[in-house]
Amino acid sequence: MLNKNIYLILIILLVFAISFWIGFNVNLLPAEASINAPIYDELFKILFITGLIIFIGMTVAVIYSLFKFRKRNDQIGDGIALEGNLSLEIVWTIIPSIIVLLIGLYSYNIYDRMGGMKELNHNHEMMSSNSEKIWAGISQTSDNAIAKNNLSIEVSAMQFAFLFNYPKGNFISGELHVPVDQKVSMKMESKDVIHAFWVPEFRIKQDIIPGQPTILNFTPTKVGKYPIICAELCGPYHGGMRASIIVEEESDYNEWFNKNKKPEVNL
Amino acid sequence: MTLSIDPQKTNNESLQPKGWLRYFSFSLDHKVIGIQYLVCGFLFYLIGGTLASAIRIELASPMSDFMPRDVYNQVLTLHGTIMIFLWIVPVVNGAFGNYLIPFYVGARDMAFPRLNAVAFWLIPPSGLMLVASYFVEGAAQAGWTAYPPLSITTPQSGQIIWILSVLLLGGSSIFGGINFIATIIKLRRPGLKLMQLPMYCWAMLGTSLLVVLSTPVLAGTLILLSFDIIANTGFFNPVLGGNVVVYQHLFWFYSHPAVYIMVLPAFGLVSEILPVHARKPLFGYTTMVFSIMGIVVLGLVVWAHHMFTSGTPPWMRLFFTIATAFIAVPTGIKFFNWVATLWGGKISINSAMLFSCGFIINFVFGGITGVALAQVPFDIHVHDTYFVVAHFHYIVYGGTVFIIFSSIYHWFPKVTGKMLNEKLGILHFIITFIGFNLCFAPQHWLGLNGMPRRVAEYDPQFQFVNQISSLGALLMAISTIPFLINVLLSVRNGKNAGDNPWNALTPEWLTSSPPPVENWEGEAPLVEEPYGYGKEISEQK
Repeated sequence: MLNKNIYLILIILLVFAISFWIGFNVNLLPAEASINAPIYDELFKILFITGLIIFIGMTVAVIYSLFKFRKRNDQIGDGIALEGNLSLEIVWTIIPSIIVLLIGLYSYNIYDRMGGMKELNHNHEMMSSNSEKIWAGISQTSDNAIAKNNLSIEVSAMQFAFLFNYPKGNFISGELHVPVDQKVSMKMESKDVIHAFWVPEFRIKQDIIPGQPTILNFTPTKVGKYPIICAELCGPYHGGMRASIIVEEESDYNEWFNKNKKPEVNL
Repeated sequence: MTLSIDPQKTNNESLQPKGWLRYFSFSLDHKVIGIQYLVCGFLFYLIGGTLASAIRIELASPMSDFMPRDVYNQVLTLHGTIMIFLWIVPVVNGAFGNYLIPFYVGARDMAFPRLNAVAFWLIPPSGLMLVASYFVEGAAQAGWTAYPPLSITTPQSGQIIWILSVLLLGGSSIFGGINFIATIIKLRRPGLKLMQLPMYCWAMLGTSLLVVLSTPVLAGTLILLSFDIIANTGFFNPVLGGNVVVYQHLFWFYSHPAVYIMVLPAFGLVSEILPVHARKPLFGYTTMVFSIMGIVVLGLVVWAHHMFTSGTPPWMRLFFTIATAFIAVPTGIKFFNWVATLWGGKISINSAMLFSCGFIINFVFGGITGVALAQVPFDIHVHDTYFVVAHFHYIVYGGTVFIIFSSIYHWFPKVTGKMLNEKLGILHFIITFIGFNLCFAPQHWLGLNGMPRRVAEYDPQFQFVNQISSLGALLMAISTIPFLINVLLSVRNGKNAGDNPWNALTPEWLTSSPPPVENWEGEAPLVEEPYGYGKEISEQK
């Protein structure tokens, strides 16, 4: 009996070890290029390891039972007439409940750190009325110390393109240029059907909805060119609805901005 | 007697066709209707599977080069709609429910045999109509979710036929649900208590409650959508002041419970199959019943987790995260109980058992990614990507379809009186299991790294992984060949099964194979312990 328990403990330890090893050594995610990304990847790692432990554990239990308790040719009759065990049922109700609750609270914390629970605001100079209802989105991240100022951009999506309006420079671009380490605040609205704005390297996504403006705030942290992908089925060319976001040093960004900006017209 | 009016006698028996012809008649026999559901569903599965193969061929290369882009969207819309509404829902509910429930409650037929036949006969015309819409002006191309405004702006005839077809199928589902509830509650043999019913009855009771509570919401929503399309109303059309997010709430109020409509019956079926082949009582009967009801209640309050990126306020995101994640608790209980059922048994490793164990492994994987998807911050990155595609195929294919096959191997001897070939069955399992995992496991990575769903073209860096996935799909297509050969050969030439080849204790095995028209020659037996394995005398039948 003692031997059996030792084997059981060894197997459980092995499952944990394998799960942690995979969780820490296998990277399934793209590059991290925004403040949100490392926060997201932290949650991912916890979910990945927990998931692996449960999955490997259950798979081992099933396969072990199939081998250990398979019916041998000379055997007749049934297995043991065991109809249940109340304390086991209580154990496997309470432990999963605790795990699920802890994961829920932890992901609430992650979501809060991403700025998801913040009051939505969009400090936008060009906004037509302050009372306009903003439906949803992600607000600024809370630990936003490096973000110096706030770049406001208006995004409009249509079949099958994104247009980025820079109100300060009074111009529209098909490519999204943003300076690194600065908070970007986007107000998005669709001209026709539902689209979505997704940058996998930023770990953010928000639907762009006709008739209901949505907000998406983010702070890029790594210079580079990343894809902007439409993630909501929007018609035949949905797969081709892509744009690029170019994160660049502030000086490069300013150069680009000044080249494109239109002179203010005073009537 | 439970039944005061005998449905068969009132149906002028002499006019009913005999032999195989009765499967093409308006038969009122629940067993005939069950087989009608199964075979009809399987034919649509072959159509839906062909469409899936077309999708995987298109995705074997990064460019959109196999079919026109709008046809691709029609194909993915039809694939989803057919697999859900014409294969899985009718088969796990209609086919097995009709065949087994009257046996399990000790009745000679369902409570409303005519309604039952109507419910089945709504399916072939609406399915054919759906497929035929492709030849009119092109089928619907807004996905099986039919989100407006896309569904309003794409060609009208396909979308309208799609709505009509789904409405009819929803009607069929509601008729079936009412029938199951009435049969389980009112037609039980005298002396049979609710807590003595086989687990599949409880699963069907829970499922039918979900069907009856949520399907009418879908019907209402689709009727409003059709007004928007044909009568220019503005319920969901933003141009006319409509609200597109309201549609999503109404749609998912049905369509999330629809997931449980697809998996709860499978939970019931596996609870019947495992004890028989493990020769052990079902572990934790009472907790299994309560966990089904827990899933039913929670299943009704989680729909907005499909809309975390749509425009839902933060508090709502939080509530739906917690509610969704908690479904893992009753679901987990069921899986622990199944493994405990295997533990200490005398397990026959046969096709039915292998498919059931494959179900456990696949579903646990899909459940884990499901709990992850319930977390708002996690979902925001992977929503509408191939990660989600992989997740729900692990649930509906790796879960439910594996159980459909397991059930066919388990009940084929009862239905036909012939055994299926075990070697072909095990071959079928091995190809399906490898093909399925090869097809869908890599898709998790695709989603995490930036491939959205429902696209005909993608970033060339994903080509290799997509080709692995397509190879898996090819194996899945091949896997139906040994299955079809097996069924077609065994129906005629299979080994004689006898009445109870598995020595099972549930009531359907206590009659001849195939069973007579009214199920039992004499009175229905009273089975107080459907899972009484390992107890004396129980070996005899």
